[in-house]
Amino acid sequence: MNEHNQHLETLTEIRALMEKSTRFLSLSGLSGVAAGTFALIGAALVYLYLDAGPFDGERYLENRHLQAGGPKKWGMDYYTFLIVDAAAVMICAVLSGFYFTWKKAKKKGEPLFNASAKRLALNLALPLATGGIFCLILLLKYKWVGIIAPATLIFYGLTLLNASKYTLDDIRYLGICEIILGLIATWYMGYGLLFWSIGFGVLHIVYGIYMYQKYER
Amino acid sequence: MKNIITHLNKAFDNRIRLGIMSILMVNDRVTFKILKEMLEVTDGNLASHIKALEKEEYISIHKEFVGRKPQTSYATTVLGRKAFNDHLNALEQFLKKRD
Repeated sequence: MNEHNQHLETLTEIRALMEKSTRFLSLSGLSGVAAGTFALIGAALVYLYLDAGPFDGERYLENRHLQAGGPKKWGMDYYTFLIVDAAAVMICAVLSGFYFTWKKAKKKGEPLFNASAKRLALNLALPLATGGIFCLILLLKYKWVGIIAPATLIFYGLTLLNASKYTLDDIRYLGICEIILGLIATWYMGYGLLFWSIGFGVLHIVYGIYMYQKYER
Repeated sequence: MKNIITHLNKAFDNRIRLGIMSILMVNDRVTFKILKEMLEVTDGNLASHIKALEKEEYISIHKEFVGRKPQTSYATTVLGRKAFNDHLNALEQFLKKRD
């Protein structure tokens, strides 16, 4: 029986090493909670800018506010405001993501930038940058605001699906949820921001809490 | 029972050698430094186990220059992959018999 346990232990060890050497496991659930919170704040600012509620339908608001350049509010036209708001949300989310992940890595005694972290970062960055540039072109060249929310959701979902090979496998399901939301948002084009808030805000927070409970408690 | 025992490869009865193979099985190429970090062993200890696996022709060694620094990395050979898989299968068989 002793030998039995010994072999079982060996298999567990092999499995752990294979995981550890290919996946970045220090990603913190709290990063998700923080990113979700910033996303909700960012979305709330857009509603404030438009003087609207989540269920009003953006197409109507776009028409009312943005005809012939639209009025300026807070010193910015709508497009500039959207870009500034989105950039601020992204920077806050990324920084807090780094912070909580760094804390978790430190607690586990692992370096933040090991080989698997670099691999994860690269596999996150490439599809995300593609999606980001794609959306910027839609926004700046074609002034097509309505497609931004569905497109960011879909690109983000595909990114997570891809990245799940390099970190905790659970983010695969978050990715699938984001893709489904993105497709629904494409159908209901006028309510993009509502779906965006659910995808980047609510889902991140729910998921972050779930991951925190599962891996960090 | 005897049959299974013979399938358990002697080259893998050491924890560190098994660890080296585990890491190399799922990564294309791994440097000495990363192996050392992952397995938490000393340079000399790791080097001797690498040498043993190399002698069996289970792993191959690649030397290249990154900038001006020489860098050594390791990968599994076809023979090594087969031996490792056989070893895992033998372990699995052993555990199944006892359950």
